[in-house]
Amino acid sequence: MAQAKLGRSEQVTGWAFVAPALVLLGIFMIYPIIWSLWMSFQVGKGMNLSFGGWANIIRLTKDPVFIRALVNTCIFFVVQVPIMIVLALLFAVALNDPKLRFRGLFRTAIFLPCVTSLIAYSTLFKSMFATDGVVNNALIWLHVVSGPIPWLQDPFWAKVLIILAITWRWTGYNMIFYLAALQNIDRSIYEAARIDGIPAWARFTGITIPMLKPVILFTTIISTIGTLQLFDEVNNITIGGPSDATLTLSLYIYNLTFKFMPSFGYSATVSWVIVVIVAILSFLQFLIARDRRPAA
Amino acid sequence: MNALALARRPLVYVLLSVAAFVSVFPFYWMVVGATNKSADIVTGKPSLGDSLFANAATFFATVDVARIFWNSALIAVVGSLLTLAVSSLAGYGFEMFRSRFRERLFALMLLLLSIPFAALMVPLFVMISQAHLTNTYAAVILPGIASIFIIFYFRQATKAFPAELRDAARVDGLKEWQIFLYIYLPVMRSTYAAATIIVFMANWNNYLWPLIVLNTADMKTATLIISALTSAYTPDYGMILFGTVLATLPTLIIFFLLQRQFVEGLLGSVK
Repeated sequence: MAQAKLGRSEQVTGWAFVAPALVLLGIFMIYPIIWSLWMSFQVGKGMNLSFGGWANIIRLTKDPVFIRALVNTCIFFVVQVPIMIVLALLFAVALNDPKLRFRGLFRTAIFLPCVTSLIAYSTLFKSMFATDGVVNNALIWLHVVSGPIPWLQDPFWAKVLIILAITWRWTGYNMIFYLAALQNIDRSIYEAARIDGIPAWARFTGITIPMLKPVILFTTIISTIGTLQLFDEVNNITIGGPSDATLTLSLYIYNLTFKFMPSFGYSATVSWVIVVIVAILSFLQFLIARDRRPAA
Repeated sequence: MNALALARRPLVYVLLSVAAFVSVFPFYWMVVGATNKSADIVTGKPSLGDSLFANAATFFATVDVARIFWNSALIAVVGSLLTLAVSSLAGYGFEMFRSRFRERLFALMLLLLSIPFAALMVPLFVMISQAHLTNTYAAVILPGIASIFIIFYFRQATKAFPAELRDAARVDGLKEWQIFLYIYLPVMRSTYAAATIIVFMANWNNYLWPLIVLNTADMKTATLIISALTSAYTPDYGMILFGTVLATLPTLIIFFLLQRQFVEGLLGSVK
């Protein structure tokens, strides 16, 4: 009897601790999600909406700007996420060597970009990559290029610039997760492998990568979500230009909602395209991670 | 040691030095830029100039500095405190008082983590307008208070909180909220330090949502105002970089103050 009463009061305390968060999530997350799903089937301007069935989805397939934003977003994701994850892994493994000197200095330096504010870093990149800017000057001085690269004017180089900017900002962030996970791997495993004559590269692919798999999966999913939601950088560095070359889905949704004649229904449909892509990619990443697990 | 291993070591230093240089150079550029004229910045002058005071004067003349930093600070401090309070309570609650129903809710919450903000933006905006909250601090702060990411983080960290401490406190007759306040909070201070950095940076740098709900200059944050300066036809980079130095200082200071605990806190969470 006393046991049951204790259980009940624990139940009440448990709910009391999580209640504020659950109420807020209900209001500011669950409710808008359901609303947005309903909205994505509505057509019309402003708040003057009516049920449109599949109209918005049909409009998607015929909207060249949407297709361009989708392709751009996919290019950013496919090119940038692997580069960043590989770099972050390399830095983390290098910094995990206890015999390395200046570890703290290197770690702080590489992590520093995460601390900058968005405006600081987009302004910096905009001015450093100006046509006569410091980056072009350095590249010409080093004889890498003969003339200045039109970073902000050329559709291809504008994409490269955005990829460079995101990589600069987020590599150190991912690196910290790997560093933390690496420190949990027992050093004696490496010692044993070395005594058995297993070369460094094989130790990396055979021990480090499998041990880090859960963290790699976590960071890949977080980065995937981040890249698919890309907005701040493109809105501040290139404003989606030149000629929509860096327009992303999030920026297009923002334009549809707050810049053009507001069409809430259609912009909700575009946002659900991101949800569907994130869901598919996360599912695929889980599948890939699970398939290889028996080998680890 | 074979030749390959000998050759690898300098290579590692070169790689890390290049990475560190690339990471730090923009900071150097920002500080140097704040002392140069706009014309010198866009032509890539990499040395200190003599326009620091001119840039500062232009910046103070162009924007209401006290006002925008007050807006930013208020939103960041109040937003961070509320987020830390609500989310750490929930993380603690989910871990300490497990029930099957709450476990299911937690799993559902993790699923919601993958829903992009873009999907919520439009309904949230309509909700805020209907509640007549547009252009208020509350509109910026409220939607971010319950952060799934921070709840998850606190739950993972709570796994390392020694159960004996809680049991001892119960024997001593402390109530559950007293255990949280007087035992858990001080013991978990490194986790709180790490979460503070993450949450403060996120609030201070928040851009898209404040851009949507704040519409008068006297309510806008430093991030919004300085970002608007850069989209001028001929931006005055000297003045803007001076502004960005100011806007970066708070996050830099918080980072260096809490850095030690931050690395330890992250280590704790991954274990």
